[in-house]
Amino acid sequence: MSLLEVKDLQVSVDEREILHGLSLTVNLGEIHAIMGPNGSGKSTLSHVIAGKPGYEVTGGEILFKGEDLLEMSPDERAVKGVFLAFQYPVEIPGVTTINFLRTALNAQRKARGESEFLVPDFLKKMRSVASSLNIPMDMLKRGVNVGFSGGEKKRNEILQMALFEPSLCILDEMDSGLDIDALRVAADGVNALRSPDRAMVVITHYQRLLNYIVPDVVHVMSKGRVVKSGGKELALELEASGYAQFEDAA
Amino acid sequence: MAAVQETVDRVRRIDVDQYRYGFETLIESDKAPKGLSEDTVRFISAKKNEPAWMLEWRLEAYRRWLTMTEPKWARVNYPKIDYQDLYYYAAPKAKKTVSSLDEIDPEILKTYEKLGIPLREVEVLEGVVRPEGEEGSGQRKIAVDAVFDSVSVATTFQKELKKAGVIFMPISEAIREHPELVKKYLGSVVPTSDNYFATLNSAVFSDGSFVYVPPGVRCPMELSTYFRINERNTGQFERTLIIADKGAYVSYLEGCTAPQRDENQLHAAVVELVTLDDAEIKYSTVQNWYPGNSEGVGGIYNFVTKRGDCRGNNSKISWTQVETGSAITWKYPSCILRGDNSRGEFYSVAISNGHQQVDSGTKMIHLGKNTTSRIISKGIAAGVSQNTYRGLVTAHRKATGARNFTACDSLLIGDKCGAHTVPYVEAKNSSALFEHEATTSKISEDVLFYCVQRGLTQEEAVGLVVNGFVKDVLQQLPMEFAVEAQKLISISLEGSVG
Repeated sequence: MSLLEVKDLQVSVDEREILHGLSLTVNLGEIHAIMGPNGSGKSTLSHVIAGKPGYEVTGGEILFKGEDLLEMSPDERAVKGVFLAFQYPVEIPGVTTINFLRTALNAQRKARGESEFLVPDFLKKMRSVASSLNIPMDMLKRGVNVGFSGGEKKRNEILQMALFEPSLCILDEMDSGLDIDALRVAADGVNALRSPDRAMVVITHYQRLLNYIVPDVVHVMSKGRVVKSGGKELALELEASGYAQFEDAA
Repeated sequence: MAAVQETVDRVRRIDVDQYRYGFETLIESDKAPKGLSEDTVRFISAKKNEPAWMLEWRLEAYRRWLTMTEPKWARVNYPKIDYQDLYYYAAPKAKKTVSSLDEIDPEILKTYEKLGIPLREVEVLEGVVRPEGEEGSGQRKIAVDAVFDSVSVATTFQKELKKAGVIFMPISEAIREHPELVKKYLGSVVPTSDNYFATLNSAVFSDGSFVYVPPGVRCPMELSTYFRINERNTGQFERTLIIADKGAYVSYLEGCTAPQRDENQLHAAVVELVTLDDAEIKYSTVQNWYPGNSEGVGGIYNFVTKRGDCRGNNSKISWTQVETGSAITWKYPSCILRGDNSRGEFYSVAISNGHQQVDSGTKMIHLGKNTTSRIISKGIAAGVSQNTYRGLVTAHRKATGARNFTACDSLLIGDKCGAHTVPYVEAKNSSALFEHEATTSKISEDVLFYCVQRGLTQEEAVGLVVNGFVKDVLQQLPMEFAVEAQKLISISLEGSVG
């Protein structure tokens, strides 16, 4: 059984169809890159998988570990192991990052029937994860993403990914707003989470990110469909010749 | 919109019919006849074995009240109150005098148990372990003066307070035992002629708390009173008077719950605080009275006059309130900054849901030199409620160097509620420096989605965001209260009642 199966997915926003029958299969242990120009539907796909409100699924289905994902509320999906690293992580003033992480982790554990982490155990776990990502403690004592730089926000996303140990990670435009050094740090964090028990879907415009996070499969999206899939060399090909050829194909 | 819509639906469902404290204690009560007249005032005074001067004081207030009209300027709507259709006094039938908890009606004790106020265990609350770097880990104590339907039933901790010289007792007792203090201070901050509801209170107040902290004494524990309105159709007219003499300090906590009712209940309390030179009073309130059901039927009418007088130099009064209940809230805890270098503070969280109407704020009246004040107000409106901040900051001609900082933030949940800010700022001398900041925001759908994507339910997400929004205020509460307040905020917005 595949971890994620998207079958002939059709999605509309405000009665305008964005995805016109998209299919995608992702297995545990794999890293898939989804590339495509602006407006091709990449972010829509990630939002629909995570369950963001405002999208209407008009056809097709999404199976996650064989279960109907579209039947689940967004928090249920998170509990089942779907994680979305946001392109633009939001700020939550007044809620410290530590408190947020602990509340979320314990909410997930509770929903799965697991015991909740006590403060000392949680802090221990968080400290070790944070130090591996070069995240200083004082950053974690600040409000969630409040006053964080672009790089800090992305590292905070990866920190959560490492803490929650999801089986599916969707990275939405992780490279946007990052300079080359920040990108390297973030990519190292992601690579450390590569595991046979986990799959990742990396959404990006540029091949650049894929130099650091090397995918097993590359999909090219155009106008709401996957128009070509291939190995990592497909990304290089795109970098050289651009998306225009595929727009005709779509 | 969908996430917000869901929240809106959920919030709408929070039916206050599930109101957690909606139960009724079956005990006989000793009521005054319905309606208000000089005889009612005499009845109450007689019930309390009051001296003649106190009765005179009440009667004067009553006669004054007859000449007054109900204020209409607040942004609240309610049917006309028939003051002749209310009971003005109800006391649990006295079992002679009460010297220990064993003598108290078990029904009453049961009520407190349901409220989570174990009188027997309250003597020493477990000290809360403070976050690293903060002192005060040992055990902290709270003395409870329990007000049950107007009469203080049991007062604990008397001995220890006595040792420190602190007087903490029902005001009815203080009138008999410390007339010189009561005469000197009662009505000195909120005069009997102050406003319609305060004047009514002066005429018919049944009981409340009295605190006197002598010069140089730091009250050894937090003082606490739980009010609970129980008798059907009984107006609750509490009277609280707290005096911190020179260099004294006291922290007072007030917590309130009331059982469910169909009839609206009138509550018109008066709280007076006085600080002399170098003294400080910190007054904290958590109020979660019955707000009415989901159709807006029932609920408490809360018309409260709270005022502190920084009478001495270098004195300080700090109000912190978390208001989540009542159908109507009309409440403006204020500070008169009379002494030079005195300081007033007002920290408020006011939450309105369902059909609740809140008109609350503060007045900072700068009279002395170099007086400072700070106002942090957080209003949260959900359902079809209306939430108004109304504030006055004023500097007298002679109040040179007066300073105020005001921040009013409003948070809207859904699109059927309203938040309003009505600040009045008057500086009558050129050296005053007043700052006012205000924001209004909605809980953004993106923030909620971010939280639920991390595994929080929609309700937990709202609770988390709101608690972040009010954090500045909750930090001002004593630790025990902060925890309770945080829970209360989540309950009043989430519908996860019980």
